[in-house]
Amino acid sequence: MKKTHIIGIIIIALSIGIIMSSVGDASTYVSFDEAIERAEDGNTTKVHVVGRLKKDAKGHIVGMNYDPLVDPNYFTFTLVDTNRVEQQVVYFNPKPQDFDRSEQVVITGNMQNNVFVADKILLKCPSKYVEKEIQQNTASL
Amino acid sequence: MINTLIGDIGHASVIVAFVAAIVSSYAYFMASRAKVEATGDNSWRNLARGAFYVHGAAVLLVVFALFNIIYEHRYEYYYAWSHSSNHLPVYYMISCFWEGQEGSFLLWIFWHVLLGVVLMNSGKKNKMWEAPVMAMFSFVQLFLTSMILGVVIGDVKIGSSPFILMRDFMTDAPVFAMDPNFVPQDGTGLNPLLQNYWMVIHPPTLFLGFAATLVPFAFAMAGLWKGKFTEWVKPALPWSHFAAGILGVGIIMGAYWAYETLNFGGYWNWDPVENAVYIPWLVLVGAIHTMIAFRRGKSGLKASYILVISSFLLILYATFLTRSGILGNASVHSFTDLGLSGQLFAYLAAFAVLAIGLLVYKWKSIPTTEKELSTYNGEFWVFIGAAVLCLAGFQVLVTTSIPVYNSFLGFIGIESNAALPADQIEHYTKFQLWAGVGIALLTGIGQLLWWQKGEKTKSSFLDSIMLPGMLTLLFASLIIVLSKLGAFPETVDNPVYITLLVAALFAVFANLSIILNLLHKKVSLSGGAVSHIGIALMLIGILFSSGYSNIISQNTSGMLYSREFPEEINRDNVLLWRNTPVEMDKYTVSYHGQYLEVKDVPEYVNRELLFPTADEYKAIARADIKVNDKVYFKTGDTLELHSPENTYYKVEYKEREGDDQFTLYPRAQVNPNMGLLASPDIKHFADKDLYSHVSSVPDPSEEKDWGELQEYEVAAGDTIILNDYVAVFNGIEPIKEVPGVVLGEGDVAVQADMKIYGERKDYHAHPVLMIKDQMMGRLPEEIADLGLRITFLNIDTENNRFKIGVNATQKDYIILKAMEKPLVNVLWIGTILMAVGFTMAIVRRNQEGPGAAKAPRPKKPRKVQAA
Repeated sequence: MKKTHIIGIIIIALSIGIIMSSVGDASTYVSFDEAIERAEDGNTTKVHVVGRLKKDAKGHIVGMNYDPLVDPNYFTFTLVDTNRVEQQVVYFNPKPQDFDRSEQVVITGNMQNNVFVADKILLKCPSKYVEKEIQQNTASL
Repeated sequence: MINTLIGDIGHASVIVAFVAAIVSSYAYFMASRAKVEATGDNSWRNLARGAFYVHGAAVLLVVFALFNIIYEHRYEYYYAWSHSSNHLPVYYMISCFWEGQEGSFLLWIFWHVLLGVVLMNSGKKNKMWEAPVMAMFSFVQLFLTSMILGVVIGDVKIGSSPFILMRDFMTDAPVFAMDPNFVPQDGTGLNPLLQNYWMVIHPPTLFLGFAATLVPFAFAMAGLWKGKFTEWVKPALPWSHFAAGILGVGIIMGAYWAYETLNFGGYWNWDPVENAVYIPWLVLVGAIHTMIAFRRGKSGLKASYILVISSFLLILYATFLTRSGILGNASVHSFTDLGLSGQLFAYLAAFAVLAIGLLVYKWKSIPTTEKELSTYNGEFWVFIGAAVLCLAGFQVLVTTSIPVYNSFLGFIGIESNAALPADQIEHYTKFQLWAGVGIALLTGIGQLLWWQKGEKTKSSFLDSIMLPGMLTLLFASLIIVLSKLGAFPETVDNPVYITLLVAALFAVFANLSIILNLLHKKVSLSGGAVSHIGIALMLIGILFSSGYSNIISQNTSGMLYSREFPEEINRDNVLLWRNTPVEMDKYTVSYHGQYLEVKDVPEYVNRELLFPTADEYKAIARADIKVNDKVYFKTGDTLELHSPENTYYKVEYKEREGDDQFTLYPRAQVNPNMGLLASPDIKHFADKDLYSHVSSVPDPSEEKDWGELQEYEVAAGDTIILNDYVAVFNGIEPIKEVPGVVLGEGDVAVQADMKIYGERKDYHAHPVLMIKDQMMGRLPEEIADLGLRITFLNIDTENNRFKIGVNATQKDYIILKAMEKPLVNVLWIGTILMAVGFTMAIVRRNQEGPGAAKAPRPKKPRKVQAA
């Protein structure tokens, strides 16, 4: 066998290894129900959950608490997933500053002690890069 | 008034540029045919040249028109309105130009024009290449200009024009129904995070790198097409160096911008947008290595074809990823989706089919050698190095493309919910770190073998590796032992990190020995060794700054919200009350208030000295503004603020055991669209950076919660207690001027003079009471340090007694995160060395006379990331 062939086989083997490992490390988007099921089965892998903040009739966010004066590294809120299941989420970091304005929240983490512990929060703000409203009060010619 | 002329000029020029690109690519195609070449008929070529120059002129006109729209604040155009604003300085207007997708396409097109003109004119040696290479260039330009065409044919929209008017963009806005000639007074401004000097030079650099990858690709395609299977490598090689050097520097510039402006605590976040550029760079560097090996040893031609073509296709893939909106949730900062995904896909698919098809069709004709490379041959290791680079790129590609698999499976009707790995840093690091180890070792071994004289045997190799190998082991053990003895703040004991450190040190010493050998022969040949040292230093810098990054702001207050989590939870942020020092690592850290940037004052100015006016860009000085005893503005002067939305938080660091003392001003910005944005301030030491940013502050746009008003009746000279502070009421004095108020005849103003004794210093408060137009007016004074607001309520002139009111509020605070990044400077130094090495290689490859095929210079690696 030529040396090139051996090297070729090694490269192909490594590529397959890379693909397998990426598949293994890839996370999934799940609902809270599934995240809870996983936790009950003893599965501690981290998952992604997409949801919206729980709001009351007036549009105020409910179930959110961040009091930096007591503990700057503790932030908790209630997220409603796409199946309308509510779940308390804890984030051991300061509250992300544009949190209140977010339209959609993606969290990464797992269920621990009946709360969802998030280690990453990704916010989708409706107007992050494109604003669609013109200030009417600047109207003049 | 609406100026439609400039937009029409711009739009017409885009169309001209598009048509000229079609003409040019067709004419160059015709000129490339063997029949035409044989007859020496230049008419097709001349037509093509003319068309390309017309194309270039039209592109310049488009650039001019777009810049004019931004520069002249023509807000009737959507592009100006959405990317610029009245207060933007000129240098940031340049960034506005490419903030949007259209402008960045334009930048890319512009570089292609420039490179095309250089290629057309680069003399005789490229004569046989001009027609086929430029045919590729024009063909690419055709696709790129179509992206900004903005033409609607039937239901199909081709491209998104940057010259669209507001009223055409927002047809639903009621204001345009009322008045079609409405022009907004101000734009919505440039994304504040992009208001940074790196954002002025990083995008052009990166796009120049993008554009430059087209050159080797065009040569490779021309070689395949015209049957010049081996000749294309030589002219393509200096361009490949150029592209890889520029792209590498562009990537690091972007990383440095992220380090300085964003607050994720590092320079590399494995965001798909970053990865998308990193992958083609790795492959391009791999291509350079196979091309060099081919130039010397006649093997590796097929690999060079594959890698050059892949690097260009990966650039197109990167464009598709970041601009089509396919990343969706996966990326924080991809471009806005302009609905161009179909067109972008067509661009990618057209070139993929063309290039891969041509390569497969001609595959059998590409010459190969049957020569077997021996293990003691430099070229053999160069190939292994290129393979490692490509595998590293492949790994990033497989993971970054996860959102694409989802979309593709969704497209064919299978639901897929795969997401990017939960811990991306860990995922990428476990591969990229070992790729770094492999690359570092291979640069050493490959270079030593490459430059070996005479017989290539085991013993001569052992001779040359002896010295660098010994130095490496010596140095590595020294570092490890010293760190164990506590000479450095961090202990180097992680076996994986030690492996990378040893490999990188070996690369440094091996390449150093090569430079020393070349010194008394021909230094100009050492470009490879220099850039390899650069890469090795970058690996060391990344290893320490990420692997040993140390968060010093540990919350040790003992106050915890919840104790139901026994394991180590995050305590990386500390609460700092204003003027209350906190101990952090070896520093005593204290926060001393909010500052603003004022024009013509060299330092930040305390917000309390500035009286706001109706125009937020102007303020009136409440007291003399001085820095180091030099007075810059007097009380009552009107000052101009650079960026009123930026607040700088003064944080003082004092070494407890030592005299070192410095002040950092981490920044936070209130942005109506993005909430509060924090940027770090970094103290640079020779051996580390201290990186601090606020993680949370009380929302400055929110009204403070003032306590109940407490009233005091005092006479001159009285002492009172205000919220635990001792205060003396000295008396009152009439004043002629009140900041921000025009006093007319018959108006009276008096101010009280009070002194309050704070913990750190004494404060003077001068609340004002005035009678203006028969009305009582009060101007309270706030002492933010003490959380007090003092209002002069009334005067009892008969008894000479005065009534003052005091409200108290919670004291000001910030939440701070601070970390040390050891040896981060080594990363930047390594980047510079890498760029120097690339430049040396370009010069040398360009000077090579025809037929000078005996050539050296190998491998180029890079990158691991550990946190």
